Amino acid sequence: MPKEITKLIHKYLRHDKKFPHVWCPGCGNGVILGSLIRAIDKLGLTKDEIVLASGIGCSGRMPVYVDFNTIHTTHGRALTFVTGIKLAKPSLTVITVMGDGDATAIGGNHFIHAARRNLDLTAIIINNQIYGMTGGQFSPTTPYGSNATTAPYGHIEQAFSIAELAVTAGAAFVGRGTVYHVKLLDKLIEAAVLKRGFSVVEIISNCHIQFGRRNEMGNPVTMLEWMRDNAVTVEKAEKMIPEELENKFTIGVLADEEKPVYTEEYDKIRDRARD
Amino acid sequence: MITTVMPRNKRLLLQGNEAIAEGALAAGCRFFAGYPITPASEISEVLSARLPRVGGTFIQMEDEIASMGAIIGASIAGVKSMTATSGPGFSLMQENIGFACITETPCVVVNVMRGGSSTGLPTCPGQGDVMQARWGTHGDHPVIVLALSTVADCFEITVRAFNLSEKYRIPVILLSDEVVSHTRETVTSPFPQDIEIIDRITPSVPPEWYVPYENNSTGIPDIAAFGEGYRYHITGLVHDERGFPTQRPEEVKAFTNRLFRKVTQGLHEIQIVKTFMMNDADVAVIAYGSVSRSAQRAVLDARTKGTKAGLLQLITLFPFPEHLVKKVLKQCTKVLVPEMNMGQIYREVKRVNQGKTRVKKYNRIDGQFITPDEILGELLLKE
Repeated sequence: MPKEITKLIHKYLRHDKKFPHVWCPGCGNGVILGSLIRAIDKLGLTKDEIVLASGIGCSGRMPVYVDFNTIHTTHGRALTFVTGIKLAKPSLTVITVMGDGDATAIGGNHFIHAARRNLDLTAIIINNQIYGMTGGQFSPTTPYGSNATTAPYGHIEQAFSIAELAVTAGAAFVGRGTVYHVKLLDKLIEAAVLKRGFSVVEIISNCHIQFGRRNEMGNPVTMLEWMRDNAVTVEKAEKMIPEELENKFTIGVLADEEKPVYTEEYDKIRDRARD
Repeated sequence: MITTVMPRNKRLLLQGNEAIAEGALAAGCRFFAGYPITPASEISEVLSARLPRVGGTFIQMEDEIASMGAIIGASIAGVKSMTATSGPGFSLMQENIGFACITETPCVVVNVMRGGSSTGLPTCPGQGDVMQARWGTHGDHPVIVLALSTVADCFEITVRAFNLSEKYRIPVILLSDEVVSHTRETVTSPFPQDIEIIDRITPSVPPEWYVPYENNSTGIPDIAAFGEGYRYHITGLVHDERGFPTQRPEEVKAFTNRLFRKVTQGLHEIQIVKTFMMNDADVAVIAYGSVSRSAQRAVLDARTKGTKAGLLQLITLFPFPEHLVKKVLKQCTKVLVPEMNMGQIYREVKRVNQGKTRVKKYNRIDGQFITPDEILGELLLKE
């Protein structure tokens, strides 16, 4: 079985072109890329009809490794580029991968407006709670009280809950997974890509190098154990009282609604304009 | 709001901003993303009504950063695209204009200049964004900057902006100003068959032979749209011929040199100027944008007073038309550069002049238009 999985992934990699990759040993990004590839393969999508876009950061390097139409845009702006791509060619399946700083700090405005606008796009947000590539500065999802290179005396800001933010901003589909719960992750990405409308999958990932080391979780296993012990499924959380859910986070499908899709609405505009 | 398709070869009373929108449509623009701003908003309004009628798309984005990103995305998917803004929005666009430069994505950016820096003078004309148009985004990069002066220009030069952008795979900045964009003039629209339209060259080789950033003799690689079977990588990082990031000095150097070479090899058609009464001129005005309108009148008035004046109107501001300016500097005993800024093109003219003749500047930065009388006064001034 492991061999077959590897084989499947290699079918989609630019293995003769851009390897070795830049990610640290044990990084969650590889798990996420594997999950994404399995979801795409299961949906039977061709390489030509997929656009994989990214912003800047460790997540930004993901598109270069896979054999799709790939674009590595500017920091926080990936969703604006894919808005143009999708409107110009709606037949394309467009997936955007971003980091927590990328999507919710510098790109926060684009993120909420993309959710509100409801184009048929998939946004995968890798939340490792830190700026990894630049050396461990705090991000909008760094927990209160933790340490970062720009919070040497402890972090005093409150963290965003990305998935909840996406729900409030109006995303049609919102899921949250982790790099520990990989089977769930495969399903969430598959459902998000399949969904007609703006879909968000927030993925809790491990940056044991830049976040973990400064917060008593200096290796990937400790961080995965933290995910295992603190993730609660949406179904289970419904039966729990608020005190039990303190410092925990929910995983699973947080929202799945039918909303008017932008491209279909714009087709109606074209009809109205021609009348 | 324009509700009917524009009739052809008819006399029309159009506002500059409307003519820019019409020019874009005639050039084949089918995607526009923008954010409301004075004095450019009419371009968005016209295109929001017209684009869906021709199967195109208009979208109002959350800001100008997003507008610029969206038009690059549309162009990457194969659709000619444009955005329009004024100073504050143009500042926000700079980041992604750089992305369009390095990824060689054709697109047109209209900046209807207003007065002042920051929020400045939103309803007054200015020409303060000339150097920002050239150097606004960071790093070494070539860019084409064209200036509009009449409503007829707004149509014709917008078409040319798209043609140059498509041919050279480069963002083209169109500098209008509040006077040009809000003036209503009668223009005669051309027949569609008389409008030259240039489209980007798409690859004819099979996908496995396609080299997306090939260092060929023209310096302009063929451009494949996403979703056409040519799967490749686009990045704002410096990249090799295949589009993958590189830091190898020889590849970085070859890449940057090619970006500049493709423009240098096309200077003969990129650099556009107009001359007025220059044949026997002793003194000349070098002007662009709305100021060149006043300059033209001032030249006529100077002639009636016995001074042999002429006008060199710059349509292309960058790459700066050095050789054409040099010719005027050699011919005249005095050259006047009137501008609604502190002398941004004046400094370019001085750089080319190198002591050939007397170069004078005349500047207004109070949000007011430079009148023919002011230019005439400067032309006739005895020193």
